[in-house]
Amino acid sequence: MRIIIAGCGKIGASVLSSLASEGHDVVAVDKNNAVISELTNVYDVMGVCGNATDCDTLEEAGTADCGLFVAMTDSDELNMLSCFIAKKMGAEHTIARIRNPEYNDSSLGFLRQHLELSMAINPELGAARELYNILKFPSALKIETFSRRNLEMIEFRLDEDSDFAGKTLFEIRKKYNAKFLISCVQRGDDVYIPNGDFELKAGDKIGITSSMNEMQKLLKMLNSLRKQAKKILILGGSKTAYYLAKMFESSGSVTIIEQDEKRCAELTSLLPAATIICGNGTQQELLTEEGLNTCDAFVALTGIDEENILISIFAATQNVPKTVVKINRDELAALAKKIGIDSIVSPKEITSNILVQYARALDNSSGSAVETLYKIFDGKAEALEFLVNADSKLAGKMLKDIRLKPNILIGGIMRGRSTIIPAGSDSILAGDRVVVVSSKNRLNDINDILK
Amino acid sequence: MNRKMVFYTCGQMLLLEAVLLFLPLISSFMFGESCAWAFMITIGISAALGVVVMALSKPDTTVIYSREGFVITALSWLILSAVGALPFVISGEIPSYVDAFFETVSGFTTTGASILTDLESMSRGLLLWRSFTHWVGGMGILVLVMAVLPMTTDRSIHIMRAEMPGPVVGKLVPRVRQTAKILYIIYIILTVSEIIMLLAGGMSLFEAAVHAFGTAGTGGFGIKSDSIASYSPYIQWVMTAFMIIFAANFNLYYLILIKRFKSILSSEELWVYLGIIVFSVTAVSLNIHALYPTVGETVRHAAFQVMTVMSTSGFATTDFNLWPQFSKSLLFILMLIGGCAGSTAGGLKISRAVMLFKSGRRELKKMLHPRSVSSIRLEGKSVEDSTVSSVGVYFAFFAALQLMFFLLISFEPFDFETKVTSVVACFNNVGPGLGAVGPAGNYAAYTDFSKILLSIAMLFGRLEIYPIIFLLSPSVWKKKV
Repeated sequence: MRIIIAGCGKIGASVLSSLASEGHDVVAVDKNNAVISELTNVYDVMGVCGNATDCDTLEEAGTADCGLFVAMTDSDELNMLSCFIAKKMGAEHTIARIRNPEYNDSSLGFLRQHLELSMAINPELGAARELYNILKFPSALKIETFSRRNLEMIEFRLDEDSDFAGKTLFEIRKKYNAKFLISCVQRGDDVYIPNGDFELKAGDKIGITSSMNEMQKLLKMLNSLRKQAKKILILGGSKTAYYLAKMFESSGSVTIIEQDEKRCAELTSLLPAATIICGNGTQQELLTEEGLNTCDAFVALTGIDEENILISIFAATQNVPKTVVKINRDELAALAKKIGIDSIVSPKEITSNILVQYARALDNSSGSAVETLYKIFDGKAEALEFLVNADSKLAGKMLKDIRLKPNILIGGIMRGRSTIIPAGSDSILAGDRVVVVSSKNRLNDINDILK
Repeated sequence: MNRKMVFYTCGQMLLLEAVLLFLPLISSFMFGESCAWAFMITIGISAALGVVVMALSKPDTTVIYSREGFVITALSWLILSAVGALPFVISGEIPSYVDAFFETVSGFTTTGASILTDLESMSRGLLLWRSFTHWVGGMGILVLVMAVLPMTTDRSIHIMRAEMPGPVVGKLVPRVRQTAKILYIIYIILTVSEIIMLLAGGMSLFEAAVHAFGTAGTGGFGIKSDSIASYSPYIQWVMTAFMIIFAANFNLYYLILIKRFKSILSSEELWVYLGIIVFSVTAVSLNIHALYPTVGETVRHAAFQVMTVMSTSGFATTDFNLWPQFSKSLLFILMLIGGCAGSTAGGLKISRAVMLFKSGRRELKKMLHPRSVSSIRLEGKSVEDSTVSSVGVYFAFFAALQLMFFLLISFEPFDFETKVTSVVACFNNVGPGLGAVGPAGNYAAYTDFSKILLSIAMLFGRLEIYPIIFLLSPSVWKKKV
């Protein structure tokens, strides 16, 4: 499928890289020639230099017969306009990045309908949602939620004294009477989809599929359940900070430290409940003064990755119970993980995941397409949600009769409001939503998991 | 330097060459010629070498940069020619390896300069292989590798850029592999249509194929000592038309395929190209009309010779060495300019010439209005300053290298005209020059040393200078950058 990406900044380039590696025919449009030549050197994509709202440029990029047009420039208005033009020129689906809260709060539905947008993406809002999930459940490093939050993929790191270390999955399942499934393990640079004989070790990062209630039950048994964060200190008054503070408006107290006076004034009027501090958050003195030692969670959201990493190292020394960092650049995220900063949120990755899922669903013209997709464990594995329809080869089969490809596991089944953590005797019915965890496979359809 | 990737790709290329050699092998079987076993041995050597090289150099990482792209291209072409020369030597029809190497490089680089004095006594299988090298070399062996073999790297654009001629190599479609396929499909369609039209003119399939390969790659190897002179006017006109087609930018044919006719008509390079053709044909016709009985014949010879030189093919319908000085000078200049970028032709390329002309004009304007700001526009778009300056640098290398080769072969006992035009004709992949290397002569009288030098000159010209320079510079080969 031909995909055009207009605007190849940080987020655009990362979307381009993941879509190109998915095997799509990607065309990059950017007004900066240096960006285009860099991208065409590194990825197997075509580049067109020009303005994303210029018809000639769009025609040269082949908009008329493109399957998906994605506008990712800095400006919301430009994105909307170029998506509108692309749609009129014949692009089948258009997706615009729209991140200004003014557009998102009220007029988004109207805009989407009249600009005929297939989707509006707001990376900042996505990041805020992910942060919210983590802060609600601080025991986890990261949480990926599947439809209606009946099932989640929760990532943990096993400490030296963890009860799981040194046990096989079979033993763990016997010992703890809770409905959960360890569906993915990262050890060093390798990612495994484990079976019952797999033995866990301290230092492993594991992904568990389970429902939130069952998970809490399990953590209570393990004595490692942590209370949800109430008092939150945010560094940097970005859009993400605004969305996050808004989510905690009723259930917690939020302090935002922002350097720019004008932005502080804006935030005070937008967030009357939050405390807004105008000052340089990189000063340790200020952080301590504003209660770094007493807060439940510290979130570093400045625009500079390096700053976020350094300050969160400081926060770790101050015994803050939970620190979450926004890091956009993959290289830095990998470095941060090496020095023990595990809870990382990346707006770039969130956006890429959404687009990869969307493109895969488009590729799959019939059948049970991907509903949700997360790249987990540094992109080495995927957790996908499928809706099983009546035509699927899986419908009506018992799990023990289904022969899966290697490196694939069924992590959970959602039927109506109930969640099933599957065992061999469970079966899949039409209408179920199935969560599949997989590495080294590219799944477009639920039937792709079969041998 | 990712050396393993370099050798691995060369290995892939060798396997492909083994496959390509099946065409002359099969035809020599059909002609019942003894050179078939020479092809069989070469196929064995090429395939074995390819498999061994690929097995020994399984790459750890497939990431390559422009450095590797250049070196892969240069090295592949050297190996390709070295192996491609073997059938001539093994069959004993060209006993000297240096001669065979010269002939093969001349084939792959689509030069068409020959050391053979008696074409009529060669076996037809070898003649077919000789012309087939033109066809393969015209669009590029590595582009063919990309089109038919699963490419191991995402970054094969670096290889494509190094192999395809022209100042800026763009893709037609997002994927390199798809682009390579489309180019070869266009190339095959055009070649087959020429074969059909030549068959309609009364040629045998063998003759039609040889001449179509020669025109498609803008090479110029024929099967007769007088080249095309003894064929009918119809055949000469067909070949003239196809030389015009093959020396134009192939992107235009892609635009025809996707029905964007408006963009074709607005192509500046195309109009300049056609303008030069019309002007040159008219000027030459006026200059030589006294030599030929009818206007029709005058125009036919003028058009054929202008196109053969401008497309850097090197066929001939008449000995233009006997023409008046003005026509010869004009042809000499056309040799240097060559065809369009993105075609199979050699030379400086029209788009570069246009850019040089425009930047010259801009410099003059700057002298009068030192504060003026202006950009150079080509194809309706302003060209990056870095591209303009790189074209200037390319021209400097282009001129300096030809002067250097001229100096190196200057001790040969030929006249000035012969030596200058041999270097220019080889470097620009034309083939025949003037004087003793004119359409009626050939390169047999040069010493082995000069033949090797001229072979290198041909590679320089076909690969547009830089790959060979990088191949020869040790710093590029260092394991650590």
